[in-house]
Amino acid sequence: MTSHDTPTRGPARPGPYILAGILIAIAIVMPLLVPMYASWDPTLWGIPFFYWYQMLWVFIASGLLGLAYLLMRKEDRRRRAEIREGKAV
Amino acid sequence: MHVLTADATGQRSIDWIPLVIVVILFVVVAVIGFMASRWRTKPSERGLNSLDEWGLGGRGFGTWVTWFLLGGDLYTAYTFVAVPAAMWASGAVSGFFAVPYTIVLYPIVFLLMSRLWSVSHRHGYVTPADFIGGRYKSRPLALAIALTGIVATMPYIALQLVGIKSVLTVLGLGSNTNAFMADLPLIIAFVVLAAYTYTAGLRAPALIAVVKDILIYAAIIVAIIYLPGKVGGWESIFSAADDKLSAVNDATGKPFGAVIPGAGSFNAYWTLALGSAMALFMYPHSITGVLATKSRNTIRRNAMILPLYSLMLGGLALLGYVAIKAGTNPVDFNGAVNAQLVIPQLFTDLFPKWFAGVALAAIAIGALVPAAIMSIAASNLFTRNIYKDYFKKDATPQQEAKVSKLVSLVVKLGALVFVLGMDTSAAINLQLLGGIWILQTFPAIVAGLYTRWFNKWALFAGWAAGILYGTVSAYNVVNPATGKHFGGSIAAFPFTSITVYIGVSAFVVNALVAVVVTLILRAFKVTDTGDTTKPSDYGADENDPKVVEIEAAAAKEQGANPLAP
Repeated sequence: MTSHDTPTRGPARPGPYILAGILIAIAIVMPLLVPMYASWDPTLWGIPFFYWYQMLWVFIASGLLGLAYLLMRKEDRRRRAEIREGKAV
Repeated sequence: MHVLTADATGQRSIDWIPLVIVVILFVVVAVIGFMASRWRTKPSERGLNSLDEWGLGGRGFGTWVTWFLLGGDLYTAYTFVAVPAAMWASGAVSGFFAVPYTIVLYPIVFLLMSRLWSVSHRHGYVTPADFIGGRYKSRPLALAIALTGIVATMPYIALQLVGIKSVLTVLGLGSNTNAFMADLPLIIAFVVLAAYTYTAGLRAPALIAVVKDILIYAAIIVAIIYLPGKVGGWESIFSAADDKLSAVNDATGKPFGAVIPGAGSFNAYWTLALGSAMALFMYPHSITGVLATKSRNTIRRNAMILPLYSLMLGGLALLGYVAIKAGTNPVDFNGAVNAQLVIPQLFTDLFPKWFAGVALAAIAIGALVPAAIMSIAASNLFTRNIYKDYFKKDATPQQEAKVSKLVSLVVKLGALVFVLGMDTSAAINLQLLGGIWILQTFPAIVAGLYTRWFNKWALFAGWAAGILYGTVSAYNVVNPATGKHFGGSIAAFPFTSITVYIGVSAFVVNALVAVVVTLILRAFKVTDTGDTTKPSDYGADENDPKVVEIEAAAAKEQGANPLAP
């Protein structure tokens, strides 16, 4: 292998990564804040809050990751295009 | 209150209709398993003569195949049996934490695994220990990671057999007084599994996972819609669970558990969820699933759609409470109550016989997929990081594949002997320890994905400290009812009285040692800069020329391993 390193992507703009990082952090931290949801009421169809609230977070976390994915994919494509076009010139 | 005095003496007769359905579905799955060797293989590659082909399914799985494969891999039969069993026996803290665990899991996967994919595809890494070996240029550290992976995976495979066994027990098989006849169905199931894993490699569980998941989704959706109404609705189910769990256990003088965790167990609940989530993708079988994907983003897309399984797991967990209300009586052949039988017993009691067969088959087949992937992952670790690193440095891809195939047989045989010869609780204790141990590989692997700041010996010291601390504190947990060691995975955090998951305490010890030793070594100007990876490796995608080149080389040429020293 050669010793020099050809970058696969151009320099990152911090904005999209910070935003995506915040979304991902929310998806990790929120489901772990047990005191927020350790209660019986309000019930939903007879199911205590503790249970349906955590199940609800399955959807919310998945949605947050979806947004983070779109943000990061857009920036990632831009960075890769930068390298490809740079090479072509 | 529902009282657990077993009126049955443990005598069970064979339940023919579900048994026939289970056998038919098992045969269908076995046929699919053997045919999988011809799935997406070019005629020239038949025989699967490299680890990329046999052990990673040709590294070509797209989003949907990966969804089924990882779903089948992570949500194992043992999970299906153990989570509702824990809910039934002691409530939310030991059971329902599986839901936040599998929610916070995916953001972590999203962050880490695409970097691991990139660096592994640029260097032809097959195992996490391959990556450690390349990143830190340290054979002791790579060996430590490989051994931890193998040792943690073995009891996990054994527990899959426990899952199958619970289904067979409920079907009435195994009551035979002849010990060999009693275990024969389990032995047959495992021999067939070993045979198609040997021939088809990772392709077999990938295809079988599709069947398994369709069955398991059907069983659980029907169970969640049909069963609560049948036993009196959710409100009465939760109040029955509350009655049973808040009753005082004579052996401990404390309640059996709680429907809603009290303030004293909040820290246990979230550390169990977070620690388990951090540990899961350090297991070699999870990483095998990630490295088998076609592109860098496949795993990220999967992090968005895999939570569907978590929803199913949550529903399944609640079936533990449904079983309390339904008065399910999980009596084993010896007449003792065995919580592991709760779900199979509930299905047999309340479903029409044919559908009970489908649901039980789903659990049994659910054991085959992870057992296959785990044995493949463990044998890849052995082949790459022990056989190749220490015994035969110039092993060709053919030799690697051959060794891996043979080791996968040995691994499964070991698990079988373990389950037949030893008490089930030994497998459960070892699995508990395995979770703590595998979490100790997190600092080296995850830090390595982002930085080369840590000294390799500091990481090694941290790993050793974490393993030692975790093992000792797990041993010191004594079950108040039985007086036995390894009574649980919760203990006080060092120097406090806050009870948390032992794996997390051990991880903190591990990380602290790694940081402090690195700082000390740096103060003494010890240099540690060996690294065969480059910053650009961590961003390479499937269109990267070097990734394409390495894959092409690995596919056609022997000995062209870019890792070869």
